[in-house]
Amino acid sequence: MSGKFFEEFSQDFSKNLWGAPQPLLQVEGLSKFYGARRGCADVSFDLWPGEVMGIVGESGSGKTTLLNCLAGHLAPDTGRVLFDTRAHGMQDTVTMSEPERRMLGRTDWAFVHQHASDGLRMNVSAGGNVGERLMAVGARNYGDIRERATDWLGRVEISGDRIDDRPTAFSGGMRQRLQIARNLVTGPRLVFMDEPTGGLDVSVQARLLDLLRGLVREMGLSAIIVTHDLAVVRLLADRLMVMKDGQVVENGLTDQVLDDPQHGYTQLLVSSVLQV
Amino acid sequence: MTTQTAEAGQSAYNFAYLDEQTKRMIRRAILKGLAVPGYQVPFASREMPMPYGWGTGGVQVSAATLTPEDCFKVIDQGADDTTNAVSIRKFFERTAQVETTTRTGEATVIQTRHRIPEEPLREDQVLVYQVPIPEPLRFLEPSEVETRKMHALEEYGLMHVKLYEDIARHGAISTAYAYPVKVEGRYVMDPSPIPKFDNPKLEMAAIQLFGAGREQRIYALPPYTQVVSLDFEDHPFDPSKAEHPCDLCGAEDSYLDEVITDDAGSRMFVCSDTDYCLARRDAGHEGAQGARA
Repeated sequence: MSGKFFEEFSQDFSKNLWGAPQPLLQVEGLSKFYGARRGCADVSFDLWPGEVMGIVGESGSGKTTLLNCLAGHLAPDTGRVLFDTRAHGMQDTVTMSEPERRMLGRTDWAFVHQHASDGLRMNVSAGGNVGERLMAVGARNYGDIRERATDWLGRVEISGDRIDDRPTAFSGGMRQRLQIARNLVTGPRLVFMDEPTGGLDVSVQARLLDLLRGLVREMGLSAIIVTHDLAVVRLLADRLMVMKDGQVVENGLTDQVLDDPQHGYTQLLVSSVLQV
Repeated sequence: MTTQTAEAGQSAYNFAYLDEQTKRMIRRAILKGLAVPGYQVPFASREMPMPYGWGTGGVQVSAATLTPEDCFKVIDQGADDTTNAVSIRKFFERTAQVETTTRTGEATVIQTRHRIPEEPLREDQVLVYQVPIPEPLRFLEPSEVETRKMHALEEYGLMHVKLYEDIARHGAISTAYAYPVKVEGRYVMDPSPIPKFDNPKLEMAAIQLFGAGREQRIYALPPYTQVVSLDFEDHPFDPSKAEHPCDLCGAEDSYLDEVITDDAGSRMFVCSDTDYCLARRDAGHEGAQGARA
């Protein structure tokens, strides 16, 4: 069976599964070069509402470059990134104005950084961190903001009495969960995650993944997860894209790609996982 | 270009110390600031014969604003007789030969640090503020590139994060000075370190100019500009002051300084605006400890 078949199959599958009329995110021929060096080249895919896509590959394969281009942190050299905005339907986020893009960045999009300290304000209390996005979109009632912050801390399993503590007083796992709460509080539709479990020990990882899986399903989020950890995508992702040297070498349903890898590099990647 | 020499033969300084080109440059920045209320206009701040932090920004704005007919007053924390006020007043007496005064009503240009006079200002007056740090977002966002972008795109959610933190930690907005304001519904502005008691006075008849010398920024409020202090719906802005009348003049409506008078814990509250206090006492008002020797 060819990869092409699976590609079509997986797209049909997701379309049927969620019954959406059009994709949430459409990427067409995206390329980013650092001078003569290739960051990522000619990447195209569709992401459907409610779908979680994993991007795997080794370090330097262009995963993070691709994610930053999609999230508007980097300007791609060529290609289009179409997002289904609430107000105006499909819009190219590469060419839209910066205020519009930044507005998306704090409403419909969320970005979970690998290091929580990049995504949090370390000198602002947990409640302030969660409330920032609410205040950024105009919330001006202290009681409401605090209530929603408390609610969200509960949902990411941080006890309410830590609401006035700063993230510097939190453990790595708690910081990562706080970062997730801070991002999801405005009810985004698309979450970008860059190695969300990187640097956490395995039991904390397991809890975080469990939490993420619950939130993604419960809120019907779409997500793009960049990771080098195949276990993470196995648990979270519906679909998988394998990158090597800035190019997509294989993509398809997660189980299909992991259980029956077609490309040589994917086979290497899958067989490299240590079995306990 | 003609040079305005202050009293030919008597002084080697150009009128008001700065050369005419520099004053033009500063006036352009002031006009731009007035055209875009609350916007921080960068300007080529000059080295002044006083250290940064002593009002180099205010002095440059005053120098560009003064004319030989002006009457000049300097306020330092409300007082006319402290080092900073005296030295700046003398500076312009020597370099511009302008008339100086301590009376708010008589002055046409008032340079101030940390206070707005209690007496309402008129349309023919100019109030010049000395500003240490013009960027209200500075302690929340260290990057100047980012803060400029936030101003440009009106992304001011972060300012409320600071107020949120105040309430979370102290139960009330504890920011007592340099209380952030929104100007004409557009720019968030640092009103310089005036007590928040003075914030409501920012909507006034006089022109207000803000100069930050080290940070090289000038911003301005035209007369009657709308200035709103930021707050939360359930924690509204409160321009608080010490609950006490002035011990010298008995005023109940003025901002007070608390003065420790001995080692045994005695204290008194006096008007921070010395001119206001003096004028009231001259008019016959007397506070609890106001009997004159």
